[in-house]
Amino acid sequence: MYSRLYKTLIATPPLLWVALFLLLPYGLMFVHSFWAVENGAIVHHWNLDNYHKLLTTPLYAEVLFRTIRIAASVTALAIFLGFPLAYYISFHAGPRKGLLYQLVIVPLWVSYLVRGYAWKTILGSEGVLNGFLQYFHITSEPISALLYSPFAVVLMLTHIYTPFVFLPIYAALEHIPRPLVEASHDLGANRRTTFFRVILPLSMPGLLAGATFAFVLSLGDFLAPLLVGGPSGTMIANIVQSLFGAAYEWPLGAAVSVCILLITVALLSLTERLEKRWAFK
Amino acid sequence: MKTSSANSPTRRPAMLTAFAILIFAFVYLPIVVLVAYSFNRDGVGGFPPRHLTLDWYRQLFADSAIWDAVLNSLLVAAGSVALSLTLGLLAALALDRADFPGKQLFRRLVLLPLILPGIITGLSLLMFAVFINTPLSLITVFLGHGTALISVATTELFAGLQKIDRAQEEASLDLGATPWQTFWRVTLPNLKLSLTAAGLLIFTLSMDEIAVTFFLIGRDTTLPLEIWSRLRRGITPEINAISTLIFAVSVALIVVWYKLRTRVTTSELQL
Repeated sequence: MYSRLYKTLIATPPLLWVALFLLLPYGLMFVHSFWAVENGAIVHHWNLDNYHKLLTTPLYAEVLFRTIRIAASVTALAIFLGFPLAYYISFHAGPRKGLLYQLVIVPLWVSYLVRGYAWKTILGSEGVLNGFLQYFHITSEPISALLYSPFAVVLMLTHIYTPFVFLPIYAALEHIPRPLVEASHDLGANRRTTFFRVILPLSMPGLLAGATFAFVLSLGDFLAPLLVGGPSGTMIANIVQSLFGAAYEWPLGAAVSVCILLITVALLSLTERLEKRWAFK
Repeated sequence: MKTSSANSPTRRPAMLTAFAILIFAFVYLPIVVLVAYSFNRDGVGGFPPRHLTLDWYRQLFADSAIWDAVLNSLLVAAGSVALSLTLGLLAALALDRADFPGKQLFRRLVLLPLILPGIITGLSLLMFAVFINTPLSLITVFLGHGTALISVATTELFAGLQKIDRAQEEASLDLGATPWQTFWRVTLPNLKLSLTAAGLLIFTLSMDEIAVTFFLIGRDTTLPLEIWSRLRRGITPEINAISTLIFAVSVALIVVWYKLRTRVTTSELQL
């Protein structure tokens, strides 16, 4: 029904733009990872040294494993909080369902930085939490281990990604036909059995989508570690940032970025396949 | 079929309710603390907040550096909305209606900034700017935001296009309207809600963006980066005050969006 001219006119501008401003930049990142720095300038001297350095320097592996540990903890915690919340609102909230749903969405619109900053003021040794604990004589000395630790990074990221994990799970739960749940009850299954045999399997695609999102976004975060992480909470993206910053090691930084990119893309295609397999038809 | 036995599906489980309340408390705790301490004379920290004051807001309103940054952020956000809505609309139309080689690759590429860590998109664009010898400025930030947020526009508008009744466009073309007229008088009005929703979302995301901005910023600064650089120098309740204002504006935007959506949904129901 649409003419060839119409199709060309709508497709050409976004194709050109994306090729120029996304494909080319990502491609540049890729080729930089095979270049080198000599005398403080990047030279187009093709080599695999950057990747070799990555694999042989223990620091990178150590930070990468810490990053994966942090991202996995954030994902697990966000599911632990997001799933019961989605289940409660979808199945047990009654007439307040719409309002409660909105209440979960609101924090999504609140600035990332603002929420991170708020945790900084809560966890600091002069912070609100320590003030609270001393006010009620629960502790006599301020606890300084709260802020600037991997724990603070996990806490902050969990707080940020719980609504992200909640959303797809809630959407999946809402799509479960209620007669299926009623049938399960009528056939004598108790609530526990119904949950594990009917509701949980049907919500798997949503859970997977949310978990992937939380994991991937935590994996590449460099602001939370700078804000609340301290030296012991350094993550892989901080390494990239410092290599691109004062260190002026762009090729090496590009190689680390390519690794993050590959992990992300591999994870996405894996979960996409699983989602398709578990999709409710 | 509903009985009141212990296993009844309609009985509200007390444990779950309590847990849900705790999760809400966790989600809202930082926001409440933030707002409360913006009125605290003695600064951020300590418990409980006492000596309520509006001094921090007064100080904030006199702080011209912050308001310059706000203006920069507004400019960048407005430009990003225009750029990414235009290209996102065309991309969504192309994905919906045209077949071309590399369509799948194009779809993935457009959506990539949505799922890739911001640092990778930001650094890639930085390399590109250096590659074509462009100095960093608010323009590079605007191009970065606008390009990264095409993903959001395309997703929202593609979903909107899927819901449109194609018969209306067919009728318009059959009745002699040109494709151009059909686009402006049929397709675009049908997408009004999706365009508004996408525009609000892109505006908010751009106002808050920091990971991409971090690498593309020149001498002028945006609001999140101004806050960021002040955080590194130490914390003052002035940041609580500006954060509270940002929060209030965000909530206002959500209410507007929600009102728009319910109004359209009810008018759809009346049809």
